[in-house]
Amino acid sequence: MQFSFTDDQVMFAETVRDILANECPPSAVRASWEDPDGRVPGLWETLAATGVLGVAAPEAHGGLDMSTLDLVLPLEEFGYAACPEPVAEHAAVAIPLLSGHAAGPVADEWLGRAAEGTALLTAGSPTDAFVLAAERADLALLCADDEVHAVPAGSYTAVAQASVDHARRLARVDWTRGPDTLLSDDPAVVREVLDRGALAAAAQAVGVGRRLLDLTVAYVAEREQFGRPVGVNQAVKHHCSNVAIALEFAGPSVHKAAWSCAQGEGPEGGDPSLDVSTAKVLASDAVDLACRAALQCHGAIGYTIEHDLQLWLKRGWALSASWGDAAFHRRRVGEALAAG
Amino acid sequence: MDLRFTADQRDFRDEVRTWLAENIPAEPLPPMDTPEGFEAHRGWERILFDAGWSVVNWPEAYGGREVGLVEWLLFEEEYYRSGAPGRVNTNGITLLGPTLFAYGTPEQHERFMRPMAAGDEIWAQGWSEPDSGSDLASISTRAIRDGDDFVLNGQKTWCSRGAWADWMFCIVRTDPDSERHRGLSYLLVPADSPGLERRPVGRLDGEPAFAELFFSDCRVPAVNLLGEEGQGWSVAMATTSSERGLNLRAPGRFLAAAGRLADLYRRASAEHDVDPGVLDQVVRAWMAADAYRWQTYATASRLQAGGELGASASMMKVFWSELDVELHATALRLLGSHGELVADAPEAVDAGSWMSGYLFALSGPIYAGTNEIQRNIIAERVLGLPRK
Repeated sequence: MQFSFTDDQVMFAETVRDILANECPPSAVRASWEDPDGRVPGLWETLAATGVLGVAAPEAHGGLDMSTLDLVLPLEEFGYAACPEPVAEHAAVAIPLLSGHAAGPVADEWLGRAAEGTALLTAGSPTDAFVLAAERADLALLCADDEVHAVPAGSYTAVAQASVDHARRLARVDWTRGPDTLLSDDPAVVREVLDRGALAAAAQAVGVGRRLLDLTVAYVAEREQFGRPVGVNQAVKHHCSNVAIALEFAGPSVHKAAWSCAQGEGPEGGDPSLDVSTAKVLASDAVDLACRAALQCHGAIGYTIEHDLQLWLKRGWALSASWGDAAFHRRRVGEALAAG
Repeated sequence: MDLRFTADQRDFRDEVRTWLAENIPAEPLPPMDTPEGFEAHRGWERILFDAGWSVVNWPEAYGGREVGLVEWLLFEEEYYRSGAPGRVNTNGITLLGPTLFAYGTPEQHERFMRPMAAGDEIWAQGWSEPDSGSDLASISTRAIRDGDDFVLNGQKTWCSRGAWADWMFCIVRTDPDSERHRGLSYLLVPADSPGLERRPVGRLDGEPAFAELFFSDCRVPAVNLLGEEGQGWSVAMATTSSERGLNLRAPGRFLAAAGRLADLYRRASAEHDVDPGVLDQVVRAWMAADAYRWQTYATASRLQAGGELGASASMMKVFWSELDVELHATALRLLGSHGELVADAPEAVDAGSWMSGYLFALSGPIYAGTNEIQRNIIAERVLGLPRK
């Protein structure tokens, strides 16, 4: 039993954090809202150079051949920065799915370019109606019933659907199933798509929650009313503490789920899907609480479009609901508990 | 990171499981907070001690096995899963014990640790006073030095197990001119000290699980000081971290309860329609227990790497105490009109244990510093918000 990350894993996350702090400050996130593709200029290329995009790709295709466990801390950083780039769908869902299930020619065609960042992959959740970055992507992993397909951009049409978080470029994707695009007809692979996506969303949600808490603590310590900081008031303190507690317990749950996914089974032989669902519930509930508390503690200034708080509020709402919301994942675990 | 238990840890777990299965009393012991129940539970402590299970993480010299934190957590998981009797000396073993190891003299270790481990000396906590609950630093019970003794005058209250305990660990004011945190000392008081009167107080379930302590010129030898005179506050804070964090309420307790709740759900849904909303609540409780378990293992790894628990213990305390209330409230919803039945009722489900568990759980957000105080501590010491 050793429940801690290696120094390398921590340093990798710190590298990503530093890049995002430099190249993806709130002003860049805000600017991405006006960009035709929702991009932060140059950021994707910088990230590609660190290897983070190809963490899960095989070395033969230029990747680092590492696992979900190596990605989970960087994913928290993408949430912390409200990064607009669809790294999670590309690096944490599509690449590992292709690496694990694509036939040789498909893997050869896509994995090398995906790992170096010259091709953008995305993935749609079996729980969700819309696909992130589908218009911009070169290849989309799409689920239908028990099948997962890898569909090149020319073989689907995407109808943009504006999100309250303008950095999230969603689209309704229309496509036709065919033998050429079939990746797998094993329902376990559909479940793998969902598990990887839900875990990545949970990790990002924890990062979003931490940023909301940091912003709120800084604001209430500085903002004065009645001649003293509003943060001296217990009502405000307790909002902040509740968020801290929720995040404190969501974090290890997400890390445990990442370990289970990397191993293919839980620490005591359990179903890793249940670990993912537990993690997503705790992360969704934590970020929902963080959003409510952060807005309430900021007061009216947090309700303005000029204040940066809205960047994390909207990302938090989206991540909480996507890849299966808390109710969906509680039901998934509930079915297992009810069956005994 | 490797979240699997090692082969040694799995062997240890199996050994605990096997021993408990073979040695748990066939009949439940009488309630702990009655005179006969107290002695029956003391007897169980002796059985645990003789087999080497009462204090697994303590040094062998005092009856322990010197196992690590992970093994101790595994022991707790197995203990609660097995349905073994409650531990009557928890306050001694998990609250005073670590503090004695940290601040006690070698003579005090020799004197107190083994009888504590064996259940020969059961301990109660004498901290709260009628006018000092959450505001512990305001206590006024005085202990004035007189030769080789301290002379105590004042009153303590809410002493769990205090009616029949053999010893009390108290915080007293040894400097009569001091205020707040200064001038306090940590004193170990024999229950049979002349001038100490005890009165049982009925808990919400009617059992005399509390006691009030009245000190009237009560003489206690000065060698029973734990730590230096005047150092009582910092010694006490070492205990509060144990009390709020993983020592007092290890995740095993809640994992076992969550497992039993899932079982109760399956039994209930086999008999009648259960609202899907209640299953949702069962899942919430189960997930919270699971989250507490893994947060604790992560904390154990952090502590083993030299980290400290500190104020993050307050986050654990709020989390486990509130999950315990929700878990038992959910069980009562599943039981419907049977929920209010207690052990004596012919149709009580699980011997009324869900109601008694609910009553006990309701004390969690109050004792060891109310959850409101914990949230202040989290805000000020973890998040750094201003006090004034």
